[in-house]
Amino acid sequence: MSETFVLIPGRTSKQGCGISEGKFTDGYVSETTQLQVCPADMQRLGLADGDTVRVTSETGAIDVPVVAAKGDELPPGLLFIAYGDLSSRLMGGDTHGSGMPTSKGLDVTLEKITP
Amino acid sequence: MATTQENTTTEDGLKIVKDATCTFCGCVCDDIDLKVDGEKIVEAKRACVLGKAWFFNHEVDQRPSCLVDGQPATVDEGVERAARILAEARYPIIYGLSDTTCEAQRVAVGIGDWIGGTVDTTTSVCHGPSGIAFQGVGEVTCSLGEIANRGDMIIFWGSNPAESHPRHFTKYSLMPKGMFVPNGRKDRTCVLVDVRRTKSSKAADIFLQIKPRKDFEALWTLRALAQDVELDADQVESETGVPLATWQDLMQRMKQARFGVMLFGMGLTMTRGKHLNSEALLALVRDMNAHTRFVAKPMRGHGNVTGADNVVSWRTGYPFGVNMSRGYPRFNPGEYTTADTLARGEADAAMIIASDPMANFSQAAREHLASIPYIALDPKETPTTRAAAVAFTTATYGINVPGTVYRMDDVPIPLRPAFDAPHPSDLDVLRGIERRVRQLKSIVRVP
Repeated sequence: MSETFVLIPGRTSKQGCGISEGKFTDGYVSETTQLQVCPADMQRLGLADGDTVRVTSETGAIDVPVVAAKGDELPPGLLFIAYGDLSSRLMGGDTHGSGMPTSKGLDVTLEKITP
Repeated sequence: MATTQENTTTEDGLKIVKDATCTFCGCVCDDIDLKVDGEKIVEAKRACVLGKAWFFNHEVDQRPSCLVDGQPATVDEGVERAARILAEARYPIIYGLSDTTCEAQRVAVGIGDWIGGTVDTTTSVCHGPSGIAFQGVGEVTCSLGEIANRGDMIIFWGSNPAESHPRHFTKYSLMPKGMFVPNGRKDRTCVLVDVRRTKSSKAADIFLQIKPRKDFEALWTLRALAQDVELDADQVESETGVPLATWQDLMQRMKQARFGVMLFGMGLTMTRGKHLNSEALLALVRDMNAHTRFVAKPMRGHGNVTGADNVVSWRTGYPFGVNMSRGYPRFNPGEYTTADTLARGEADAAMIIASDPMANFSQAAREHLASIPYIALDPKETPTTRAAAVAFTTATYGINVPGTVYRMDDVPIPLRPAFDAPHPSDLDVLRGIERRVRQLKSIVRVP
């Protein structure tokens, strides 16, 4: 059973440091391959930190572990992931004449794929 | 202007570089004191978390200076292969440029001209939409120094400086005690508008959480209020997620400010609406000048992305997405921007300078880039360098290489490198490729 969310890819301090440390280092890879979910949504969907979900956009799909967003950083219905290979896989190639693919505020579906 | 030598001393056998420049983000902090032990920076005084990661992780890379088809090669061999790829291509593109010096950017644009190619920078997937908006609305703006000395109403919109530009608050926008804000933070009101409660929201006096993808509606709400247009309260709240009374209160505060500042990030440019979002913000700032002094400034990301805009503009007349196949520059975002040319499968060769489209572009764009011969210049190994026909490991600008970069407010800043690297600079490689391209294209006068 999948649910619709809005995904915001963005920058984080750890992701920024990881660019300097190297994109193949553990720090960069782990920071860019986890999906932050609002704690209320985690509870409602029966998700725990480390569970893997499938996130599907109009363009692609990724399997990614989830982590509860800290405090009230995310409102229900919003997901966050640090910029990186995975976030780019959900982004379309069309820029609507602007040069910029729609890279934030993506419509996605989320489906739990591991217990 | 102080030279590198004047800023370098020795202490306990370690080299001290005073006022070194951090080129990680668009703040381009030029007050960093470095302590250097041989080929390693061991201390970076005043650097933020991103700056420290930048300075401490750019030791000399032990990879070869050049790989051709994944095999070690001399730089001259790499230059020869690169020049042939570019000279023989029908639709070559040159992309990246935001993490290199203005001097290297200048040569890269020259190569684009000689080969009749397209020159595009990472601006097109950063604040490119704001660049389009500047052309439509203009930009009422100022330097970061003016913000530090005058700004008493600071509004961040779709930007998270606590994580992307950590020293912006302390150096420019919130904390400094300035000429007309002598009490620093106490003299300033900080507002943050975003779709999520980021770490930056803790620094704000007022946080407005708007609905995702409703920046355009929110900004036009403020434009209407600036001109005392009556609005339907229910409609405003259902569209923006914020009550009309809150917007009215904000507008009241904005009108009462002596020097208002709107600093906007990629929350606007990367979200549906893109240049129309930036245009709405720039138009609001323009409108506010009927009431008080108000300025806008995009929060630029990479260390010299602003330099890329400047250099490409003064060389071609346009800031990014410039095609020179007809012998003169043409600008058309959506047609000549790299996310498009790659995703549509148009380019037949590429040179990627200091950027990583193989990690950051759409899958269609990445697949096409992987299918064509391309050259990559980068100090670090990245997904882009791994798949390149010719990959140059270059010296790091600001750490090994001198030159000029532009801060996010278009102020040029000199670089004061810490130690030499055995690898060539981007400028060295690009000059070599330019010289050879001109020979191959039978352009007689060789510099």
